[in-house]
Amino acid sequence: MLADIFINPFIEMFAYPDFLMQVLWEGLVSGILYALIALGFVLIFRSSRIFNFAQGIMVVFAALTLVGLHAFGIPAWISVILTLGVMFGLAVTIERVVLRPLVGQPDIILFMATIGITLFLIGFGETIFGGENKVMITSELGIPTGDTVLEPFGGLLILQHLDITVVVVATLLVGGLIAFLNYTSMGRAIRALGDDHQAALSVGISLQTIWVLVWFIAGIIALVTGIAWGARAGVSFALEVIAYKALPVLMLGGLESITGAIVGGLMIGMLEKLFEIYWGQPLLGGNTETWFAFVLALVVLLFRPQGLFGEKIIERV
Amino acid sequence: MLYRTAGQFKTSYKADQALFPVRQDAILLGIIMVFAWVIFPFTASEFAFQTMLIPVLIYALASMGLNILTGYAGQLSLGTAAFMGVGAYACYKLLTIMPWMNPVVAIFLSGFFSAGIGVVFGIPSLRIKGFYLAIATLAAQFFLVWLFEKWAWLYNYNASGAIQVPNTTTLGTYVTGPLASSMTQYYVVLGIVTVMTILCINLTRGNLGRMWKATRDMDIAAELIGINLMKSKLIAFAISSYIVGVAGALYVFMWKGAAEPNLFDIPLSFEILFIAIIGGLGSILGNFLGAILIVGLPVVLNLLPDALGIPISSALVEHLNIMIVGSLIVFFLIIEPHGLARLWALIREKLIIWPFPH
Repeated sequence: MLADIFINPFIEMFAYPDFLMQVLWEGLVSGILYALIALGFVLIFRSSRIFNFAQGIMVVFAALTLVGLHAFGIPAWISVILTLGVMFGLAVTIERVVLRPLVGQPDIILFMATIGITLFLIGFGETIFGGENKVMITSELGIPTGDTVLEPFGGLLILQHLDITVVVVATLLVGGLIAFLNYTSMGRAIRALGDDHQAALSVGISLQTIWVLVWFIAGIIALVTGIAWGARAGVSFALEVIAYKALPVLMLGGLESITGAIVGGLMIGMLEKLFEIYWGQPLLGGNTETWFAFVLALVVLLFRPQGLFGEKIIERV
Repeated sequence: MLYRTAGQFKTSYKADQALFPVRQDAILLGIIMVFAWVIFPFTASEFAFQTMLIPVLIYALASMGLNILTGYAGQLSLGTAAFMGVGAYACYKLLTIMPWMNPVVAIFLSGFFSAGIGVVFGIPSLRIKGFYLAIATLAAQFFLVWLFEKWAWLYNYNASGAIQVPNTTTLGTYVTGPLASSMTQYYVVLGIVTVMTILCINLTRGNLGRMWKATRDMDIAAELIGINLMKSKLIAFAISSYIVGVAGALYVFMWKGAAEPNLFDIPLSFEILFIAIIGGLGSILGNFLGAILIVGLPVVLNLLPDALGIPISSALVEHLNIMIVGSLIVFFLIIEPHGLARLWALIREKLIIWPFPH
């Protein structure tokens, strides 16, 4: 029994390094998607202290809108642009209708309001697009679908082109986002709001504009995540489970940290795959991915209550 | 006018701190009790029992448990449904291992299992706060539901993976299982909920309640005035989980009749959180108001198209329902972030001073 836990999995890892690499690669790809969703959370949390539960559902909603628009006969790339328009409209509506009347309320009320938004989007999406699983328009968007087979250590390593595209696009997106936050005046305004609300307001940064902007950026991230995840698993509201995966990523990385979201996402993606394959399936009957990330994050938090990269919590009376 | 308090003088501290300092409150509660104990059960149809009366009480009880933790002690929890599951599975195991046991006793006992697990998952709250803690409670949610599915001993190794409520009797009448009548089940639920409510009201008014409120409002300050935070938080987790566990046992044994693990998935947790927040955090009355709204709304929305003669498919009704509930949550949060209980408090205030503005 003890050998099954502490010795055999490692022997297996060294005996078949190609399989280990395959597991790590798959973990990396899902980790990147978790990181993207977590990034959407972090941006909104930093600039408005709103714990945006609707981020996961925005992913599904963006993907559904894209597929739905394409089904009307609109060319794929124009659908993408129209979907971005819809996400912008959504950002403006949420700011006007929900957030503006609730400014200054306790955190939990705003959190609750985003759950309300989540329910609304689920109902709205299902009413318009129907609840059944849809196929993402992968080839229409020009995303390659084949695979490359590598043979490291005399074994097999299969890399889906789709996954490679996801990794590249996500890296570009994160790079672009960091550049935007650091080198443009809008980006600096977002960071300023994150640092100190009142000081930012007093130098003339408009809260409303920035909120619309961060929700729109979160919408763009949601669309990219939606396309990537939809191409792997199909588009339906079952996708919302990946939204829950972003939560332990946030805990692990810290609610305010962009670096934390990325590092946490990759860590959780890979570790949960490793645990599932080498410990979960042989010993625990499988499907441990539903909780492993949470328990891992919980254990880490017991030692670092602000997450790995979160701001140090200073409390005053 | 109806709420005129003139002439009701208090001559001792004891009278001033009574449960009902205003006589009309007691009369109003009396009228509600007559409705709940006599008029509703004798006039309600089977449909009303199953869709409104029983679920409202059970949801209100679950929400009351959550409210102790979140509204009074300030520890946000998203794992309520899993603790309900613990209560339900514990009750099932108790009644199948010891079939001679009285089901009402089993329901009360099953809360203790849930309380124990609640304390274990409450330990992180000593170091983790706010949203971090909320996400940490999700660990309980996902882990426990996974356990209900994988640990075959919990559902007695039956092929379906679901638990079936056995027929059991108390005092010669069937209380649980397919043979029990709705009216009996309603009275059992009502009795348990009444006892629990009285318990909760007095707990929150007393020493423990003040300890929790101090912890909620500012835990460092609470620690400085000599409150043992560990004791305060862990007791809150234990009592809250106990109540939630009893509610979970009632949920399966008095209402659903059978349960699969996914019944205790996260949507149920959120539903109960909605009730607590829309009803009003830090209020006992709010749980009941919230439960009536959240349980009643879908029932009304389902009946509405037929009543108005609009032919739409049931799938569409389902989707529209979710949408309307979502927008109503946002709507209620905007008009009264402190919940329906606060709304009632404002109305009552107005009634007392009516017809004068101040």
